[in-house]
Amino acid sequence: MNDIFSNPVLAKALPEAIVETLQMVGISAFFTVLVGLPLGVFLHVTAPGGLRPMPVTNRIMSDVIVNITRSIPFAILMVALIPLARLLTGTSLGPIAASVSLSIGTIPFFARLVETCLRDVHHGKIDAAQVMGSTKMQVINKVMLRESLPALVAATTTTVVTLVGYSAMAGLVGGGGLGKLAYNYGFQRFDVTVMIVTIVLIIVLVQVIQLVGEQIARSLDHR
Amino acid sequence: MITVTDLRKVYRQGKKEVVALDGVTLSVPKGSIHGIIGHSGAGKSTLVRCLTLLDRPTSGSVSIDGTELSSVRDSEIRAARRRIGMVFQHANLMDSRTAAGNVAHPLELVKTPKDKIRAKVADLLSLVGLEGFENAYPSQLSGGQRQRVGIARALAAEPDVLLCDEPTSALDPATTDEILDLIQDLTKRLQLTVLIITHEMNVVKRVCDSVSLLSKGRIIEHGALKDVAGDLESKLAKALLPLPASEPLKGALQGGPVLEILFAGDNAKEPVLTGVARHFDIDLNVLAGSVETLGGQQFGHLRVQLAENADYDAVLAYLHQRGIGAKLAGTKTTASDTVDLDAVDLDEADLDRAGLDKTGLGDAAGRNS
Repeated sequence: MNDIFSNPVLAKALPEAIVETLQMVGISAFFTVLVGLPLGVFLHVTAPGGLRPMPVTNRIMSDVIVNITRSIPFAILMVALIPLARLLTGTSLGPIAASVSLSIGTIPFFARLVETCLRDVHHGKIDAAQVMGSTKMQVINKVMLRESLPALVAATTTTVVTLVGYSAMAGLVGGGGLGKLAYNYGFQRFDVTVMIVTIVLIIVLVQVIQLVGEQIARSLDHR
Repeated sequence: MITVTDLRKVYRQGKKEVVALDGVTLSVPKGSIHGIIGHSGAGKSTLVRCLTLLDRPTSGSVSIDGTELSSVRDSEIRAARRRIGMVFQHANLMDSRTAAGNVAHPLELVKTPKDKIRAKVADLLSLVGLEGFENAYPSQLSGGQRQRVGIARALAAEPDVLLCDEPTSALDPATTDEILDLIQDLTKRLQLTVLIITHEMNVVKRVCDSVSLLSKGRIIEHGALKDVAGDLESKLAKALLPLPASEPLKGALQGGPVLEILFAGDNAKEPVLTGVARHFDIDLNVLAGSVETLGGQQFGHLRVQLAENADYDAVLAYLHQRGIGAKLAGTKTTASDTVDLDAVDLDEADLDRAGLDKTGLGDAAGRNS
């Protein structure tokens, strides 16, 4: 116990590392949902047999962009996107720069989850909404998104948890945060205390996200 | 009043063309209930999709009170759809909305003011007998209650036509009766035009004024319930007044000719059988029978065996003279245990393939008592 409080690294660098991790996760989660949600809706709606089938566009979006992005290992994508991060944020270092590649890495993942959630909305509900005279936008907003909301919250939770993991990796290529702390001190300087504390913190963070997500999903679910 | 004229729907599957609807024509007057019965694959679902404009028919027309629906432009399709309220087999309610929320859904789509929605929803829920369930979610309701919400929702936009697609197929018999009573009651009260698409003959028996038999995309029989039920040759009559494919009774009359007799309306009240017995001085034996009240009229469908060597031609003439449908069903004169009922069996097998719900005498009598 004494070790933890007397450890100079923890006392000086830990608070900053926590803030950096939360920043990375927060910013990239925001952009992932902002872009990934419409993208997922688009993928679902334009699929063959969907609300507004666009076979060619759907094929291109689905296969080329989503699958290729997902098949590149995140560690490589991270490094490859450094120039883009510099272009957008003016720097290649720090949590904000890291959020660029984190977002781009998780958007396709989240979009696929959204697509799956929407696919689970029973087709009869969509028929019912169309028969009562809904526009396509009304079907998307009032039926697809609303009916799959509990599932969408669960998908977001999964995505944010994934982001916590990715953010630790991002720390290694200049993002900072708990990942960098663990690597620099825990791994390179053999500081076991720092290693354990960061691991525990990350576990706690993931647990909290998981619990909050589940609570929200449950309160929205009336099935 | 809904009128469907020569409706055709052809799907293209690669190079093959599949004709799902092959010239369907029907018309249902205001305030009456029309049943469309058919087995799966007969084109029922396609017909529903064409009537609700979820699919465009290949040719032909659907019109409500003279207004053409099937050829409206895409921009007007939503207004056209609102003239048809639809009730689904599984209600298809939104799980995220309460009963009141579900009924309000069609009203929200056209930006109805909130206080108007609230009043209208309360009216509709009490109309279907669900006062006090405003805030219940579908998961808290029983199957019958969910279907009631579905009916209230279908009526929210004040449609002229109520289209019910297998409305009771997922419900138990008691709930089925309740829902059918509700539909019948609403039809009279709101002067709706109702189309019920079903595979259950009992639904037709209970509530329909007229009926069509759909098979392979065509309507092969149609008419008022009392007319089709009174026609000995119609497949619908055989399904409405089913005779069990009975082992013939072993009795004194073994081997005599077997007649099928169908009484309709006033004829059903007359003591025809004893009349035959007295007039010809012969014995006869009832092998099977079905007695029903359909569309407010009494019907009796009997399979009767006459004494051996009876002059069945004279008996048939006697019955026809009195306006009673009768025909020869078998004439095996050998003393075998089985009577040749080939003709009847064949037709019943046809109906089996057609998936029509044949109900035994006991059940049918019980449900109509």
